[in-house]
Amino acid sequence: MKKIKSFLRGLALLLVLAVILAAWIVLPWPALLGAAVLFGLWMAFTRSGRQAASVTQVGISTLNQRIGASSVVVIGIAGVVGVLVALLAMGEGYRQTVSNSGSEDTAIVLRGGSSAELGSVLSRDQISAIERAPQIARDAQGRPLASAELMVAATVPLKGSKDDGNASLRGVSEMAYAVRPKLKLVAGRRFEPGRRELVVGTGAQRQFDGLEVGKQVRLGNQPWTVVGVFDSQDATASEMWADAEVVAATYRRGSSRAALYAKLTSAKDFNAFKATLAADPRLQVEADTTLAYFGKQSEGLTKVLRIIGIVVGSIMAIGAVFGALNTMFATVASRAREIATLRAIGFRGIPVVVAVMLETMLLALLGGVLGGLVAWLLFNGHTASTLAGGMSQLSFQFKVDPTLLWEGLKWALAIGFIGGLFPALRAASLPVTDALRSA
Amino acid sequence: MKYFHLIWAALFRRKTRTFLTLASILAAFLLFGMLDGIRTTFDQLGRNADGAQRLQTSSRLSFMDSLPLSLQSRLERVDNIEAVTHANWFGGVYQNPKNQLFTFAVADNYLDLYPEMLVAPAEREAWMRTRTGILVGEAMMKRFGWKVGQKIPLQSNIFPNSDGTLNWAFDIVGTIKAKDGKGGGFTDAVILMHYKYFEESTSYVDGDVGWYISRVADVRRSDAAAKAIDALSVNSPHETKTMNEQAAMAAQLKQVADIGMIVGSIMGAVFFTLVLLTGNTMAQAVRERTSELAVLKTIGFTSASVLGMVLAESVLLVLIGGVLGLGLAAVLAPIVGAASGGAINLPPIGWRSWSLGLALMAGIGLLVGALPAMRAMRLNIVDALAGR
Repeated sequence: MKKIKSFLRGLALLLVLAVILAAWIVLPWPALLGAAVLFGLWMAFTRSGRQAASVTQVGISTLNQRIGASSVVVIGIAGVVGVLVALLAMGEGYRQTVSNSGSEDTAIVLRGGSSAELGSVLSRDQISAIERAPQIARDAQGRPLASAELMVAATVPLKGSKDDGNASLRGVSEMAYAVRPKLKLVAGRRFEPGRRELVVGTGAQRQFDGLEVGKQVRLGNQPWTVVGVFDSQDATASEMWADAEVVAATYRRGSSRAALYAKLTSAKDFNAFKATLAADPRLQVEADTTLAYFGKQSEGLTKVLRIIGIVVGSIMAIGAVFGALNTMFATVASRAREIATLRAIGFRGIPVVVAVMLETMLLALLGGVLGGLVAWLLFNGHTASTLAGGMSQLSFQFKVDPTLLWEGLKWALAIGFIGGLFPALRAASLPVTDALRSA
Repeated sequence: MKYFHLIWAALFRRKTRTFLTLASILAAFLLFGMLDGIRTTFDQLGRNADGAQRLQTSSRLSFMDSLPLSLQSRLERVDNIEAVTHANWFGGVYQNPKNQLFTFAVADNYLDLYPEMLVAPAEREAWMRTRTGILVGEAMMKRFGWKVGQKIPLQSNIFPNSDGTLNWAFDIVGTIKAKDGKGGGFTDAVILMHYKYFEESTSYVDGDVGWYISRVADVRRSDAAAKAIDALSVNSPHETKTMNEQAAMAAQLKQVADIGMIVGSIMGAVFFTLVLLTGNTMAQAVRERTSELAVLKTIGFTSASVLGMVLAESVLLVLIGGVLGLGLAAVLAPIVGAASGGAINLPPIGWRSWSLGLALMAGIGLLVGALPAMRAMRLNIVDALAGR
């Protein structure tokens, strides 16, 4: 009978724990803040709340006697949060870099069925047909703000290694600057049409060797001169730009182009633009806003990075939970006599439970802050690169932003909650007489 | 060894604490097993005896550029080259644009150069007979539930078919099995189609080849052969770049991500935490037993043997947790693979991971045991017994 009872109690405890954790994960921060305020009010204005506060105070003021064991909780949780935040920051940085490249009022047109620029081909006729669409904005001279561009993966030596990498070489015309207003020239000048000149992005400059203004690079067995550097804070910065005609001649692409970027008169006109293209029987093309296109490009890798982060974080969190349990059980055992004394002079179980939990959560909070801080110091702005879509190098920076730090803190507090709950219950259910007699 | 029961008893003196610590160690080594499996798989790619024999020749302009078919006979005449085959990237997609598959259009003799891809002789013959036939890797067959004899639609995200659309249809005529069952998601997850069918059907490819693969007779002179191949096309519109397959694969993977660096930093953080945690446990355990250790010394145990016992205890603790963790990772890897239908491929844990893991366990055990063991060794019997 007794066994069944304790089994049921354990089961109920697990259920409560699961519900609280689920709420913790699902609820947005205002609801959690509300809960915290309610808890604070309880502590300040009720009898048992005040009792809990004073027991907590005693526990915290004696923390430095247990500094070694307590720092294990802090550092264990800091490790989890640090790794988690760093991995998520990698995914977030990649996502932001790629999706920043798009906007709602710019459209990209590719051949139907092509998922990326590198596999797409548009003929000269198709391009002029698309450029006539009325939804494309015009400049002061009445020319459509549309840029037909060519994309090839050029082989260029990587920086700091003897291997070659794949650089995106974009063949463009003057219009390309007009459809990308965010892009700024930070050094040198634009390339001159008809010449073998390159303007390189800051990201490409970071990854590839010899992309300095005034230097020459060999692309497609011809020497090219770097004449300028641009920055755009997005995926475009990993590219090198040159005159489309020259690129087409070097890489034998004839008069075809890969994609057409067009500035629309307004974001609302995108559907009409798409309908115009679909109505033209000469065109078998697909249009997307660049925002949606680049979003799709980054979706897969972002998801994979997030899953890796969460799996690695979960396994580490399990380890940290056991570490916290260990420490807190030891803490409760070493304070058994003190706790039993409190119980003997009339303190209830609840304040004791709350006090132990609060102490653990405080340690967890410290760990979370420490982990987040370390991740931020080490990785915010850290540059990494990958093969975007398996095709050409894309450079991006880790982004440790407040949402990620908050997520890390949430993990830390959840670990502290589980790690503190069981020792807290043990503390509250210690038989008073035994505990007073022992040790 | 004769003190084993003593060490064992000391280890499980406080069961809760030992089990909680074991669970932490287990989690750390579970993670180690999974990550190191991935790292070694990437490390080993192409590094087999067959791979060392093969040279890969592609365009120097860009990996997307093609080479003329006429180059083949010239390659075959290069000194030290035994056999030459070629392949084209098809860019296959099945049903959903997310299901991008490794699909190659290859020459008829492609399989001769890849002895690690096993195809039953009858199926290979059927492939030679069927113009639209494809050979499909075992893992991919399983992933999509395909059967030999089935007709499947594939889309190419680059090449239009003869009707101008990107839709293609193929007949599955055989299965590619990986030699030793170790495909690692590469040799057992490809689709091979006929170059002839591909070249005739699409207007984009006109006697062009994506890359050449040649086998060298003498591996020691393969660098010279690679140079000789590149010399064939120097200053022509189709300059080539030749590397051995392993170097080519390593260079490609390094561009995707520096796997070793990422795994290294994660494991660094994990083990740093683990050392602190187990160190704390061991310190607690020794502190608690001060008087017992003093009794041991009183009845004649030498300081050295007390040191050894505490060290052995901590090494044993980490070993039990670590072996359980690595074992769990080994059991879990195929289960995860099966549960995800082959979409996630966790590599099996090889002897390299096991030996590195065991070395780490012993190292961490000694490290965390060192301080408490020194403390136990230096214990002054009189003070310890007096509880000072």
